[in-house]
Parts: sequence; structure tokens; C-alpha cells
Amino acid sequence: MVAIPPPPPPRPADRPGPPIDPARVRQLVEQFLAGHDPAALAPREFLRARFDAGLAWVHYPVGLGGLAASRALQPVVDASFAAAGAPDNEPRRIGIGLGMAAPTIRAHGTDEQRRRFLRPLWTGEEIWCQLFSEPGAGSDLAALATRAVPDGDDWVVTGQKVWTSIAHQARWGLLLARTDPDLPKHQGLTYFICDLTAPGVEVRPLRQLTGEAEFNEVFLTGVRIPDRHRLGAVGQGWQVARTTLMNERVAIGGGAQPREGGLIGVLAQTWRERPELRTTGLHDAVLRLWVRAEAARLTAERLRQQLAAGEPGPEGSAAKLTFAQLNQEISSLELELVGADGLQYDDWRLRRPVLVDFAGRTPGYRYLRAKGNSIEGGTSEILRNIIADRVLGLPSEPRVDTDRPWKDLPR
Amino acid sequence: MTDLRYGELEQELRGTVREMLSAQSPPEQVLARCEGGDPYDPKLWRTLAAEMGLAGLAVPERYGGGGAGWREAAVVLEELGRAVAPVPYLGSAVVATAVLRAVDDRALLTDLAAGAATAALAAPFATAPGPPTDPTVRAAGDNLTGTVRGVADALHADVLLVPTGDGLFAVPADTPGVGRHPLVTLDLTRPLCDLSLAAAPGWRLAAGPESARAVAAGLTAGAALLASEQLGVAEWCLDTTVEYVRTRYQFARPVGSFQALKHRLADLWVEIAQARAVARHAAGCLATGDPDTPVATALAQAFCAPVAVHAAEECVQLHGGIGFTWEHPAHLYLKRAKSGAIGFGTADRHRATLATLVDLPG
Repeated sequence: MVAIPPPPPPRPADRPGPPIDPARVRQLVEQFLAGHDPAALAPREFLRARFDAGLAWVHYPVGLGGLAASRALQPVVDASFAAAGAPDNEPRRIGIGLGMAAPTIRAHGTDEQRRRFLRPLWTGEEIWCQLFSEPGAGSDLAALATRAVPDGDDWVVTGQKVWTSIAHQARWGLLLARTDPDLPKHQGLTYFICDLTAPGVEVRPLRQLTGEAEFNEVFLTGVRIPDRHRLGAVGQGWQVARTTLMNERVAIGGGAQPREGGLIGVLAQTWRERPELRTTGLHDAVLRLWVRAEAARLTAERLRQQLAAGEPGPEGSAAKLTFAQLNQEISSLELELVGADGLQYDDWRLRRPVLVDFAGRTPGYRYLRAKGNSIEGGTSEILRNIIADRVLGLPSEPRVDTDRPWKDLPR
Repeated sequence: MTDLRYGELEQELRGTVREMLSAQSPPEQVLARCEGGDPYDPKLWRTLAAEMGLAGLAVPERYGGGGAGWREAAVVLEELGRAVAPVPYLGSAVVATAVLRAVDDRALLTDLAAGAATAALAAPFATAPGPPTDPTVRAAGDNLTGTVRGVADALHADVLLVPTGDGLFAVPADTPGVGRHPLVTLDLTRPLCDLSLAAAPGWRLAAGPESARAVAAGLTAGAALLASEQLGVAEWCLDTTVEYVRTRYQFARPVGSFQALKHRLADLWVEIAQARAVARHAAGCLATGDPDTPVATALAQAFCAPVAVHAAEECVQLHGGIGFTWEHPAHLYLKRAKSGAIGFGTADRHRATLATLVDLPG
């Protein structure tokens, strides 16, 4: 008789969270703090130890900074550390790493890649950026032309990437490149982790219509990437990239957003403080936007509650669409509300901000910057296509580009 | 923060109600009833109220009710909206029930919970929650005289709850002195009538401020939960339209493959997802007596009413010719949605309420 081996145990990530409740995680944080005084340790040492104790992102697997617990416990952990005055990893500064690189590496990386990259990613020691879009591949990302050619144990990459946030500070880039131009466009792609400090990488600021340069162009000229930095199989790049993009679009933060938490709060504040600006028409417009902003807030809150309960809904794909529309309409109205003041702008100099500071600048800046909200991270038109195709199940538009070799496509 | 999801029991409740409605009251049958002159479906009401026990969802258990609450009643309303069901659930199981809960009337609540009677608040359907308006009915002792125009769910009600300058009264609807004059209504599925009272005898349920509070409670519950009915209307319109454009061929393609239509339907889906969160918030606030209830209610009507109208208008337009026929049920939903947008006050009225509540003065 042949002994049939038992099926392998499910990976921790696939298993519903073990019975770790809020009281238990608080206890774990307390135990950790008893052995690691945040006042005495350097922030970096403290964060590394927190990662190693499984208290970084508790829904991640044991050994990779987590406890394989419910994602709903993360706010409890974060609040406990904050209450103890512990340093955090400045999550807004490393958003691309946390929000896009980490879930992609977790889902598609080898064990070695997960061990190498996730810890310094979470602690903020290594900043990540995304090398996807190209001048000739925006909405049609799968048409991208950056080539990766195998050479010994390396790949040699040549091409141009664009709209790369924080590339000028990043150590690593999530790179999508073409490895087989003879295949149809989605099939010839491979996903790599690109060292931004490698020879042949040149990062240049890309000035935008607000005057500043949040983004970069990245020129790759004969950049060598070792094969061990390939993420997923050769030709599987599109599947891996979808993980990254899904996480880009479900950018739902940890905590609940308060009422008037977004740009609507800025508009409402101006309305309250400057009665001399009020007109009947503007009043109606302010109220209409207030209603829509509050509805959007409750929708995001509902999605947050669903995610916390482990029942994610498709509403995530709508959140970005909604906030882009609202930000644009609210900032446009604000500019009209302030009237003559709206004719001025604060600063056209080329600056290099790391974070988008909507609230800290003038209405003119908000109006202009919000124009990017419906373009960056998937245009509103593409998001509507995604909702129509994947959520509503409507038939696809007839296509001429999916079955032909990439090299034969018009461009 | 309110729980904005649906619980397991609420999902079960939804399934049961939807199954019963699709068996007993499909849209074609509703249309046939409307053509008969009176859409009210007593058999459907009996099933819903007495057999399934849903009329008493928001009635306390001590009065024979379900002891559940407004969240569950909201789920029932979503399904009733989805079916444009011609039953007086909103008027009796929500508005009148909220009024009677406010005055803690054991006898009437017990009858309502058992499905043995229905009640209606004698106020125009278009009345928004807010400062009380001058009553159009006056009381001389226990005898009431006056008229109330455009009252919903009163035509077949057993008891009328009548606000007067001298308190809130209950009047048996079949009493001599009570006249009910059916109106030809825009919404074929929610009958309205004018009430005329000529020294009609009743009894006082509450006086003074308690009376005004009870009426306000009824109107607030109606406005808050009408949002759930509107959500159901919008959902039917979207689902039906999506199904249609997937199977309707023109230019040798399903018309639903044209981006011009896909984007409109995607936008509608986004709006409906938002309406769901807003309606859940209103029902949740009402259920727990949350201090945010006035804001949640005004928001619900300012947001969900226009979404239902938009969904119904898109439904008619994207169905093309068939959508403009009497035969297709789309018009029942359009009429329900547009009338509902006036019921309990227009979106504009509710935005004006919000302006006061959230300190955005004009």
C-alpha cells in the first residue's frame, strides 16, 4: 500500500485568523513594549523589532511581520503603539511600498524575496516606487515597450518610464517590462524588482501643471537586473501587475474618516468664516457637494467595515472614481467662492514635494492638483470600464489588440 | 459609528421577502392591478403582515411585535421597493408605528403587529419632517372636522392618526363623518387620497408637545426609511437595465458593449452603492436613537431620492422603445421614484434642513 501523505497545511495567509482578539493583541503589544523601550531605542531598531515580533501588519503571515490575525486588529495595534509614544513607520511616506509593493511581493514573491524585501519595506528603510506607465502606455498599460532581454543570470532592461512618484528617493522599483514581443501584449510581460541605484538608471523630475514636480521620468539604459529579482514567472507579468493595481485602487486607510474630513471640510470652513462671500446659488452648490461628500464618506466607511469583517465588496473600485469627481468639483467651487482671491496663486517654482498637501496650500493649487485625481492610478474612464466589465458583467467592447503579436500592433 | 453592513438575519429576511414577492407579486401582476383601478393587494398584505409577521418588526415584543427594529424594517422596504409592491408598509408599519410608539399606545400597536389592522398618519405624503405646520383639522371635544390632502396608505387603513391643534387623535376610518376620496396619482402603485372629516368621532392619543413629538417621530421614520425603499427601486432599475443591454442586439453587438452605455451604468452603480451606505446609516441611526438621526435622515432623502429617480430615468432611456411602453414595468418604477422624491419633502427641502443642522447657513 502506498501511504497517501496528508495534504499540506494551508499557508497562514489563506487561513481565517486564529482566535486573536483585541485584548490579546493589546497584551502582545504590552509585552513587546516591556522589552523594547521606545524612548531608549533608535526608531529604526524599534521598528525592526516590532516587525520581528509580528506586530507590524498583523494580518501578514507569522515570520513576515504578522500574526496571521484579522486585519481588523491592525487599528488596535497601531493605537496601542501610538499611545505608548512609539515611533511609527511614517506610512504616508512609504505608501507605494505598503500599499502596492508589499501585497504584490507577498502574493507572488519567493520565500527568499519575501524575507529580503518586506522587513526594510515596512520599517521605511527602503522606499519603493512603481515603474509601470510609459509615454506610449498609459491607460493601455499592457502595450508597454520597455524591453528586458536575458543575458546569463541577468536581464538587461532598456526603456522609459513616466509618472513615477518618489523615484528620486526610492531604492527599489516595481518594474513591468516586455520579455517577448512576439506574443500578444498581455502574454509577453514579466515583472521585476529594479534597483534604482543600479548603473543605467536615470531619474529626472517631471514638472506638472501645478508648477511642482511630484513625479519623475525614469530612463533605463542597459540596466542589469539579476534573475533572482524577477517576481513571478517569465510571461506572467500582467497577472502579477494586476495584484499591484488592485491594491492601488483599493486605497482605503485604516481608520474611519470623520465628517468633513476631506476637501469638503476646507470649503465648509471658508463658507462659515466668510459670510460676505455667500450667494444663493453658491449656497445650493455647497449643500449639494456636502451631501455627496458625506455619502462618499459613508460608502468608504461601509467598505472599511466590510473589509474588517472579511467580506470585501466591489465598492473599492468606485471609491477613487468618486473622490476624483468630488475633489474636482469641490476645489472648483471653492475657487469661485473666494472670488478675487482666486485670481492669485501661491508659488509656481519647481518644487519637489514628497506628499500632496491639499489643505496647506491655496484654492488655486487645490483646483489644479485635483485635475490629476481622475488621471493618476487609472483614469476615471478606465475605472468605469472596470466597473462595467467586472462588477456589472457587461460585454467587452470588441477589441483588435489582444490576439496579435505585440510587435505588430499600431502605435 | 453605525453598522452599515447587513447582518446574517437581515440577509435571510431579505431572501424570504424577495422569494415571496417574486411568487405573489411580480411586476406584471402589479401592473394588472393598477389597470384594475385599485392596486392595493390585500392578499399580499395578509401574507406580509399576518403570516410572515413583518408588520410588527418595529413593534416592541411586549405588544406582540417582532422586537427587531428599523434596520430590519428597512430591509423589508428595500424588497418592497424592488417589487413596487402596492402594500401600506411604509405608511402603517413604519410611519404610523413610529407615531404609536412615541405615544406608547398598547392597543393599536398590538393590532398593527398582529396584522389585524393598518393605520395611517393623516398628513400629506409630501410633508417633510421639521417644525409642525398648522393642522388642517380641528377638534371639538372628540369630534374632528377638516380636510387633509394627498395622504398615502390611508385608503384601506383601519385607523387614521389625525394631528389637530388640540392634540393627536385616533379615528376609525369607517366611522360616519370620515370621507376618503381617492386621487388619480402619478405613482400608480402608492394610492393617495384626500381625507375629509365632518365631526368624525375619535379619541385623543396625545396632547400638546407630546402630540407634535409623535408626529415628528412618524415623519422622521418615514423619511429615513423611504430611502431604503428608494434603494430597492434603484436596484431593480439597474439590474433590469443591465440584463436588458446584455441581451439586446443592435449593430450586431449587445448594446451593453458600447462604452457610452457602460459608463452611464457604471456611474449609476456607484451612486447606488453610495445610496446603500446612506440608507443603512439612516436606518441604523433611527434604530439606536442616535443623536445624528436628523442629519442622517435629511442626508438620506437629499441623496437617495435623486438616485432612485436617476436610476428609473436611465432604465426607461436605456431600454429604448420598449421602455416607453405601458406594457413594460419600467414606468411603474419611474413613477414610484419621482413621487417618492416628493414624499416626505424634496431633496431641496432636506438640503435646507442640513444647512441648519450642520451649520452651513445661507
